[in-house]
Amino acid sequence: MKIERREFLKLGAAVAVGLGGGMTLDVLTKAKPAAAETTTDAVGTKVSSKALHAKRWAMVIDASKFKTEADFRRVEEACVKAHNIPDFGPDSKHQIKWTWEEPFTRTFYGVDDPYLPEAIKKENFPVMCNHCENPPCVRVCPTQATFKRPDGIVGMDYHRCIGCRFCMAACPFGARSFNFVDPRPHIKDINPDFPTRTKGVVEKCNFCMERLDQGLMPVCVEASNGAMFFGDLDDPTSDVRKILDTHYAIRRKPELGTGPSVFYLVGGGGAGA
Amino acid sequence: MIYGGKKIFAGLFIFVVLLISPFLANIGKADAQPNPSLNTPTIDALAAKQCVGSAQFMRTYHMQLLNEWRDQALRHGEYTYVNSQGQKFTISLENTCLKCHSNEQQFCNTCHTYVGVTPYCWECHQKGATQ
Amino acid sequence: MLEKALSGGKRYWTWVVFLLLLILAGFLAYMRQFEIGLGVTGMSRDVSWGLYIAQFTFLVGVAASAVMVAIPFYLHDYKNFKEIVIYGEFLAVSCVVMCILFIFVDLGQPMRIMNVILHPTPHSMMFWDMCVLFGYLVLNFVIGWTSLGAERKGFPHPHWVKVLTYIAIPWAVSIHTVTAFLYSGLPARAFWLSAIMAARFLASAFAAGPALLVIFLLVLRKVSSFKVGKEALQALAKIVAYAMIANVFFFLLEVFTAFYSRIPEDMAAFQYLFGGLDGKHNLVPFMWTAAVLALLGIALLVIPRTRKNEGVLPFAMAAVFIAAWLDKGVNLILAGFVPNPFGQVIQYAPTATELMIVVGVYAIGLLILTVLYKVVLGVREERA
Ligand code: SF4
Ligand code: SF4
Repeated sequence: MKIERREFLKLGAAVAVGLGGGMTLDVLTKAKPAAAETTTDAVGTKVSSKALHAKRWAMVIDASKFKTEADFRRVEEACVKAHNIPDFGPDSKHQIKWTWEEPFTRTFYGVDDPYLPEAIKKENFPVMCNHCENPPCVRVCPTQATFKRPDGIVGMDYHRCIGCRFCMAACPFGARSFNFVDPRPHIKDINPDFPTRTKGVVEKCNFCMERLDQGLMPVCVEASNGAMFFGDLDDPTSDVRKILDTHYAIRRKPELGTGPSVFYLVGGGGAGA
Repeated sequence: MIYGGKKIFAGLFIFVVLLISPFLANIGKADAQPNPSLNTPTIDALAAKQCVGSAQFMRTYHMQLLNEWRDQALRHGEYTYVNSQGQKFTISLENTCLKCHSNEQQFCNTCHTYVGVTPYCWECHQKGATQ
Repeated sequence: MLEKALSGGKRYWTWVVFLLLLILAGFLAYMRQFEIGLGVTGMSRDVSWGLYIAQFTFLVGVAASAVMVAIPFYLHDYKNFKEIVIYGEFLAVSCVVMCILFIFVDLGQPMRIMNVILHPTPHSMMFWDMCVLFGYLVLNFVIGWTSLGAERKGFPHPHWVKVLTYIAIPWAVSIHTVTAFLYSGLPARAFWLSAIMAARFLASAFAAGPALLVIFLLVLRKVSSFKVGKEALQALAKIVAYAMIANVFFFLLEVFTAFYSRIPEDMAAFQYLFGGLDGKHNLVPFMWTAAVLALLGIALLVIPRTRKNEGVLPFAMAAVFIAAWLDKGVNLILAGFVPNPFGQVIQYAPTATELMIVVGVYAIGLLILTVLYKVVLGVREERA
């Protein structure tokens, strides 16, 4: 196999543009390859036949089923493992968190009424990105590195993020983390099927979109032993809707109007699923 | 003679030498073309050694293709790529591209070094994924 | 005209070399940050913006130095500002360059900065801020440089420059407004979520910009051939006085709303600033210093005897400038992250590397300013 020098110059030029910061896309797709070359290959992309579909993905968390520390650890570790989340230790300023445990007073900061039942005040909750209906993080991002998919999931393109951290200032839920340093040396056990991140970009929970698109439920839901439910908020027959129709569930900071897609059943009014 | 003419010409001379220095440095050296190796256990085990596109296409446009893939998969949830033969592939660096091309040194870098580019794909996307 | 910056006395070159050394130190610190990441700073998951963004915010304000001399001169034909308009404009140029640099050093992936242009996003205030800041930079530089060129040849400046100056005035309002919108539109941060934010930014800008300009003009009077007139100084001093009064007034409005309504989230950041929260009080000394300096500055400027005393004037200006800096270049941004979204108070303190980068950027700004001022002085000395 011989590779011509001319080819390489073309290649070099294209890659050089691309390396200017993962910015090839808009520039180069507009300059489509010459007709003869395209017709031989590029055709298209489509949604996998296995993919799970929804108009708006949502989660219901039954806090009463998170009884012990082990219940939280199991869920957190499943996420950490699946998504190559580094561990900087609990007190580090550089912590990266996708889902983690918070007490009632912090999860529902502003609702921590002193006269709540002890059972509720003592309850702990897994928190994560709420995949808001009107996400302020998406609104402020200057590059659309943070975006909302048609199925409601708020995703991130780590290739496009410039690390301005505007989204972190804008998220009312503290759901976002920034890679202050190279995360890779701090990943305990790299999962080769999922990418790691580079320093200088923001990251957060992605509702396991890579799994949904392959027909799988989010890892936390799988690991929760029935404490977390996942489904289409738009579909009255979905699991999450059935629970919400019959139980009193609350969301974090609803008054801000971001429309979180994560619902919590508090105080043991659990969903007998 | 221009004022300070000697200095100007000396300066010009130095400038020109610097300008062509890369060419001077390469004079007489063979223009060795890269010879990337396609052989990895996964590829060797394939019945038909065929990438998602023709070799010619992949060589020229793999970076555009990857860029398009990223947007399609990430933003539109379209994780399946269909090529002109109607064959389907899962869009994933880890689970598709790098499964076969697990030899970064002999495959990717050979050409990248030759054209003097340093893509940073492998910093985040694990080489060779699960082997 | 730039060659004018190449001839100067010993004092000039010592100053330039000093600035270059600071820039070098800042650059080395930045190289370290570039290598390791923003982990070399004191920022964290909870206080995700620090001194860099705070300096950016403050310097957008100082860039108002231009408009506050341009309005009286171009719109009201106030002749006493004729000589100093250009100093105001060039100060604005240097400030906007620093703003851009502060944004740049704050980025986690600085090499991708062009993504903001490649993927323009009109719903992001950051995008608009970039547009207006660049516009303001170009406007002020072009206006300043062209008028100076005309002045050198003894011509009145071309007509289109006059048109640009008219554009530059509302444009100056836009940079403060859009920068305020970066903060005031975020549901997440009660401290910033205030309709009066843009007005506060304008007031603080109109105080800090001219205050710094007065200080620089007084320095020029000492070290150069340019002797600023008494009337011009007094006029600027009055502008600063009114603007600072408005600034403090707006601040008090915020304090009233928070504490009379007694909404906990609205009070929290103020409590943290004035007395500390949860036993954490990093910013308390800054807040009180700012309060004292602001009142002192206003008093010195309002009382005619002290304002007219040119020995006191620099201190009054410094008091106002430092108060504005503490308010916007430190407190406003940092206290916005207190408490965090979980109600916790997490504090921030800059690291040495971070401070060195800040100093380096300021040194770049001062160097640009020095060069531009030197050119102005050179051109004018030549004509004299
Ligand atoms: S929780 Fe925060 S990061 Fe997630 S979508 Fe809402 S605003 Fe964005
Ligand atoms: S840090 Fe990245 S994702 Fe967040 S706003 Fe900036 S560019 Fe967008």
